[in-house]
Amino acid sequence: MSGIAIPVYIAVMALVTYAVRMVPFVVFRKKLKSKFLKDFLYYVPYAVLGAMTIPAIFYSTGNMVSAAVGCIIAMLLAFRNKSLLTVAAAACGAAFVTDLIMSYLIQ
Amino acid sequence: MKNTESKTGLGFVQGIKDGIPIGLGYLSVSFSFGIAAVSQGLSVLYATLISMTNLTSAGQVAGLGIIAAGGTLLEMALAQLIINMRYALMSISLSQKLDSSFTTGHRLAVSFGITDEIFAVASGKKGDISRSYMYGLIAVPFVCWSLGTLLGAAAGEILPARLKAALGIAIYGMFIAIFIPPARRSAGVLTVVLLSAAMSCCFKYIPALSGVSVGFVIIICALAASVLGALVFPVKDGGEKEEAE
Repeated sequence: MSGIAIPVYIAVMALVTYAVRMVPFVVFRKKLKSKFLKDFLYYVPYAVLGAMTIPAIFYSTGNMVSAAVGCIIAMLLAFRNKSLLTVAAAACGAAFVTDLIMSYLIQ
Repeated sequence: MKNTESKTGLGFVQGIKDGIPIGLGYLSVSFSFGIAAVSQGLSVLYATLISMTNLTSAGQVAGLGIIAAGGTLLEMALAQLIINMRYALMSISLSQKLDSSFTTGHRLAVSFGITDEIFAVASGKKGDISRSYMYGLIAVPFVCWSLGTLLGAAAGEILPARLKAALGIAIYGMFIAIFIPPARRSAGVLTVVLLSAAMSCCFKYIPALSGVSVGFVIIICALAASVLGALVFPVKDGGEKEEAE
């Protein structure tokens, strides 16, 4: 952690996030015209999630093997259109079991 | 206000009802956010405060990373701006559907609660929407998002280490569940996700790039991949979420 107090970080986060929602909601009364801008904004959430998930997911459990197994399980279930909760729970379960098995094998 | 409600048939109670499924989904996501927050060293109070003041998933997770890494406030502000930019689009779209009960004061209040799911439900309604409906629609998800974070953070402090470690993957599992189904259907989304992920790996593993801090990595990857997506894979009108009506 740095010298910046956590409430200051939280205030900056909250203010920017609120401004992004509030300013267009209060000010804009017209539709967005630019096709490029609309398409760009359409892709942003997916790009954000891609960059945030990979490679961070492989470091999320403190054990790269269990995280990789969890990741594969999550991808398989998501590919079958399972719900967010199912995918997340299965990823946790797979990572937990893998980690458990590995700890017995190593002993 | 009564006139407005009878005209559209959508009042506070209907908003609450429509908000319940969203809230149930938020409970689990925010629970895993709470665990992630305390595992990064935040207190239960701060974790809950982040959820109560931000009400967004990806932005909060990125913010957590920036706090943990000791990033600058500029980095924090820019990262939130880019990651949450989609809400600006939703706000513009939703602002077209507001009925006359929406004075500026109520626009200021309701805009706080615009999330992907709340936007999707509200914009899927026929005709104009009233402020009573929007307050109802936002109420349950807001309470669930805050409560889930509180419970997750509290649980994160008492769970056994092995279990807590395994739960660390939950939020990424949810991210995967969000982007895989559209990536299957759309070559554009698939390309954007893969490109962004590949760039993110470059920043992690190429020594010359690994000095770039976490917030800027997300900003650079998201901007580059989204610009490429918009240039190479224009979105067909209709069938996409901002064209919900």
